[in-house]
Amino acid sequence: MTVIDSRKTPLTFDSIAPGVGLAAALKLSRSDLIATVAASNLRGRGGAGFPTATKWNLAAAAKVSEGECKFVVCNADEGEPGTFKDRVLLTEYAPLVFEGMTIAARAIGATRGILYLRGEYVYLRPPLDAELARLRRAGALGRNIGALAGFDFDIEIRMGAGAYVCGEETALIESLEGQRGEPRNRPPFPVDTGFRDQPTVVNNVETLATVTAIFANGPEAFRALGSERSAGFKLFSVSGDCDAPGVYEFPLGLTLRELLEKVGGTNAKAVQVGGASGVCVPAKAFDRRLAFEDVATGGSIIVFGPHRDMLAVAKNFMEFFREESCGQCTPCREGNHKLLEGILMLERGECSTAYLRELCLLGETMQLASKCGLGQSSPNAFLSIVEHFPEEVLGRSFAAAGGER
Amino acid sequence: MLVGSQQKLQDDIRALVERHGRTRDALLPILQDLQAAQSCVPDFAMQVVADELGLHPAEVYGVVSFYAFLDHRPRGRFVMRLCRTISCELARTAPVARQLENELGIAFGETTRDGRFTLEWAACLGLCDQGPALLVNDRVYTKVTPDRVHAIVEDCRKVFGAHAAQPSAPSAPVHPAAHPQPALAAAKG
Amino acid sequence: MSTVKETHPGTDRAPVSQNPRPLNYPPDSSKAIGGEVSVQIDGQDVKVPIGTSLLEAAKKVGVHIPTLCHHPDLKVAGVCRVCVVEVEGQRTLQAACAYPVTSPLKVHTHTRKVRQARRHIVDLMLSTHCGECYSCKRNNNCELQTLAKEYGVDFYRFGHVKTSRIPKDESSYSVVRDMDKCILCRRCVRTCIDLQEVGVLEAIGRGHETRISTYLDKALAEVVCINCGQCINRCPTGALHANDTSDEVWRAIDDPTKHVVIQTAPSPRAAIGECFGLEPGVPMTGQLNTALKLAGFDKVFDTNFTADLTILEEGTELLVRLHDALVKKQPTALPQFTSCSPGWVKFLEHFYPEYIPNLSSAKSPQQMFGAVIKTWYAQRNGIDPKDIVTVALMPCSAKKFECNRPEMGSSGFKDVDFGLTTREMAQMIQEAGIHLPTLAKSGFDDPFGDATGSGVIFGATGGVMEAALRTVIELVTGLKVEKLFEHANIVPVRGFEGVRMIELPIPQVAAEVPEIIRKHVPSFDFLKGVTLKVAVAHGTANAKRVMEDIRAGGPFSECHFIEFMGCPGGCLGGGGQPIPTSPEIRQARAKAIYAEDAGSAVRKSHENPAVLRLYTEFLTDGPCGHKSHELLHTHYTSRGKQIG
Repeated sequence: MTVIDSRKTPLTFDSIAPGVGLAAALKLSRSDLIATVAASNLRGRGGAGFPTATKWNLAAAAKVSEGECKFVVCNADEGEPGTFKDRVLLTEYAPLVFEGMTIAARAIGATRGILYLRGEYVYLRPPLDAELARLRRAGALGRNIGALAGFDFDIEIRMGAGAYVCGEETALIESLEGQRGEPRNRPPFPVDTGFRDQPTVVNNVETLATVTAIFANGPEAFRALGSERSAGFKLFSVSGDCDAPGVYEFPLGLTLRELLEKVGGTNAKAVQVGGASGVCVPAKAFDRRLAFEDVATGGSIIVFGPHRDMLAVAKNFMEFFREESCGQCTPCREGNHKLLEGILMLERGECSTAYLRELCLLGETMQLASKCGLGQSSPNAFLSIVEHFPEEVLGRSFAAAGGER
Repeated sequence: MLVGSQQKLQDDIRALVERHGRTRDALLPILQDLQAAQSCVPDFAMQVVADELGLHPAEVYGVVSFYAFLDHRPRGRFVMRLCRTISCELARTAPVARQLENELGIAFGETTRDGRFTLEWAACLGLCDQGPALLVNDRVYTKVTPDRVHAIVEDCRKVFGAHAAQPSAPSAPVHPAAHPQPALAAAKG
Repeated sequence: MSTVKETHPGTDRAPVSQNPRPLNYPPDSSKAIGGEVSVQIDGQDVKVPIGTSLLEAAKKVGVHIPTLCHHPDLKVAGVCRVCVVEVEGQRTLQAACAYPVTSPLKVHTHTRKVRQARRHIVDLMLSTHCGECYSCKRNNNCELQTLAKEYGVDFYRFGHVKTSRIPKDESSYSVVRDMDKCILCRRCVRTCIDLQEVGVLEAIGRGHETRISTYLDKALAEVVCINCGQCINRCPTGALHANDTSDEVWRAIDDPTKHVVIQTAPSPRAAIGECFGLEPGVPMTGQLNTALKLAGFDKVFDTNFTADLTILEEGTELLVRLHDALVKKQPTALPQFTSCSPGWVKFLEHFYPEYIPNLSSAKSPQQMFGAVIKTWYAQRNGIDPKDIVTVALMPCSAKKFECNRPEMGSSGFKDVDFGLTTREMAQMIQEAGIHLPTLAKSGFDDPFGDATGSGVIFGATGGVMEAALRTVIELVTGLKVEKLFEHANIVPVRGFEGVRMIELPIPQVAAEVPEIIRKHVPSFDFLKGVTLKVAVAHGTANAKRVMEDIRAGGPFSECHFIEFMGCPGGCLGGGGQPIPTSPEIRQARAKAIYAEDAGSAVRKSHENPAVLRLYTEFLTDGPCGHKSHELLHTHYTSRGKQIG
């Protein structure tokens, strides 16, 4: 099989032999195991940055219904525009991801694992199935894993079917349950009421692989990288107008400027950090840091060169959200539609400043009142582009847009 | 639909229910296998699945209509999904889109008359560093240019062979894993 | 006498309570028992049980939070977002209806952010809500309209759709879907799938294309809709309404060649006052009679007359079935199911057609009345039946479908020409310039006169059973029912529990069978020592529980007689009743109905003098006799659930 190799820097994961992380983890008691993750300061790599150890602790403490079990779900519904690092991980480092799931299972006492793989990655399924079979043969999945009596855990793969919103953990669970992928009200949170109403940990692919690395190399090595609130290394998916798009590993906390130098995108006029749901950072703010305390991101970096039309960028994002909203709550379903309509008006030179201001307030409403993270973040790109590029957004010529009056 | 083929479809669905289970969490895998085998989840199948799983047909339709990879209307044997995310757009998706339309004689969202090809836009395919990206069933094409489109279409016809001409005749295995897996296309064509 | 409740082996879920349900949080609610937590809402402190929603907590301190997708009968959705509030320490606003209080909180319900968000949400709904208030069935009774007023909407901030995009679905005799007005609150979906378990309406599509629709977007008449209209009662806007035939009724009234008679069911009288601003539970029977005369109806009759007739027909049928089973040892379809609720009947025809033999063949009171009017009444008064127009005032949308069933014409004419809902009648009365609450009371017209209390209680869940038991107990035992139940109130069958089962040992049997049914059942000896088992279920979700139990051979399969009502609460909660509805409102209506029963001079169907006269003058071969079979009984259609 020919592999699409997107790696542009060596990755920490290259140096970790399969099985080492899991073996180290299984030597620890369950509480020490979570303590180790806590000591690493690892925060979720999917974008929201929730402390992994806290999530595991809650799930470990939660009760299971009679005849049921806890679940570890690997969120491989990597749908954020501009993100492809999970594809690389699942292609090149699948054993580390599965080990991470097994470690999580040990930590919370889960017996079933599910890898929710997005439909667009259907071609990854056969090799992943083969890898799972290999792990079962090697005794790394199944009964009494690592010769630990009673530690039973197995992983199955479930396919997504083309819905971005299923990357939201409660929508993902709804999807696993055979429902429309519509996010749930929270609380309750999945850690106590998740898949089949049982305690469920949902972790991103990279988070789980990173867990394996933490156990292989020790939490101190991990925490030595990055900043106090944003520990460790992180993968970045870089695309757009730069010399070398691809997957990069950097310690968290580097500035955008530093990143752009490494990828050959120093003449950029703006960078979209965090994908469609992230924010657009203009050149004057390239000294901002990629860290949870500054510009938080799941690792999507899209570079825009000097010639790019930023309104067209905003339009692309809003078209995406108009379709990918689950359609359940009013602010997101109707709001994204109104923002897109506004962009089309701007494009035609038909939008008053007053109406644009109203749309920006609507964006704020969507951020505040939407039911889930999708609607809460979907106006971000629109708002930051309007804020930072007013000269591109306003005053468009009606005639230039091909209009007739 | 002919009674015989209805009976066969019903048997196929029962087999899928045996494999995936009778609870609601088996719904998506069952529908995905049907979609793979039939190029759609037809009316009759939705009702049989609903019946087997104790659901209302409207609920099954609600699920089918929610997910982009499921459809109750017949799709082509090859579904060509061109990524429309910004990274690919920056790499010039537009001319590729035009050429795909020209080559197949259909617009996005349509299926060729012979039932072979459906052309669709896709949300991000996760190949942002190598756009424009195209997913054809489970086969990936990267850095697609307009001049490669013809070869890709021909490629499909060749790889999938003669049975592609009978889109409505599902072969016995319905599990996607049972389909021959084409190798991933080379990154640089 | 023993009462068995909530024993349902063989069913997958507990019976559906018709009471408001708490949030399913915390998941281990046993931990929360007795636990209280304090919340501060707009500066006011209140203690609430752990797991209480912010909305409920706010109600306790008199803080009004607007809602739209929330409904007391339905599961929490949290989708409209109009109830958002600010919770200190939370980055985003929280939906008060869906946010359970589990730890002390400080909440603000009208900050700038909250006001802006609510205003925007209302504006967004209005931007896709196509239709004018003036021309809407729900003008002045619309929750969206109320919200627009509360939030001072004075222009369409985000535009407004002026032209229709979606054609109305008027295929059904009962329910009209005008999806131009739908704001996607999904109350109808939760009603249809969760509350009624009919599953016709569902959210279809995704994103901005999301819509509420049917299987493959088919017309309502083509899918398995049972016409119960519960979705109408819970729709906050005019997107769902009943198929209104009041124009045709006016035309008949205006036509001097037509003799227009109306029968009124007990539930509309107990509820119509709500349409005139009265509190729920104020009976309007006498005033309504006066109003209908003023509006132009030639005669006003009481459907309870045929309710009493139904008891005699259906009760006889039950005794015949028991006799067949116990004496003749014939295979007999038991338990016998009631057939007066057309929503339930269609539910059975679709989902349990193999049990059609169990349905009583007796027509519903509405249809019996139509048949009697176009035969006996016509003869007696020398009116050509073709000139009679029978109108039925019903709490029900399914009655509109029922009167259009092709088999409902044994009189040679359409038994009932038009079914009107309580809401439509209120509209007609208003149109006639009549102020109902202040009218003088008047009685019903002869020859049917005032019926019994047994007929009245048909309107509440358990009422048909109670009426039947009053008659069957007296006929079979020869004892006065008052000897067994104080004031003849058979309390165990009353109430709003979703499913109820009652066992009734027969203490003695009468020496002689009343003549009227002697030819069917020569002696009651076979009932000596028998324990009569009966059950009551209301709302089709509960009906489904019972049917699944019967299918699995559970305890309900051993019942002799089961009352099924399609709507939660029975007819008083019907799909044609005033909007809004809630458990409290239905309870108030039930109170009015039981009060009317208690105040009736005659309370047992077999003592209704007009009914007895009908048997001596017209249906001379008695209940379940040849003539009554021809006129008062019907047959059913095996519909199945396959669509298209």
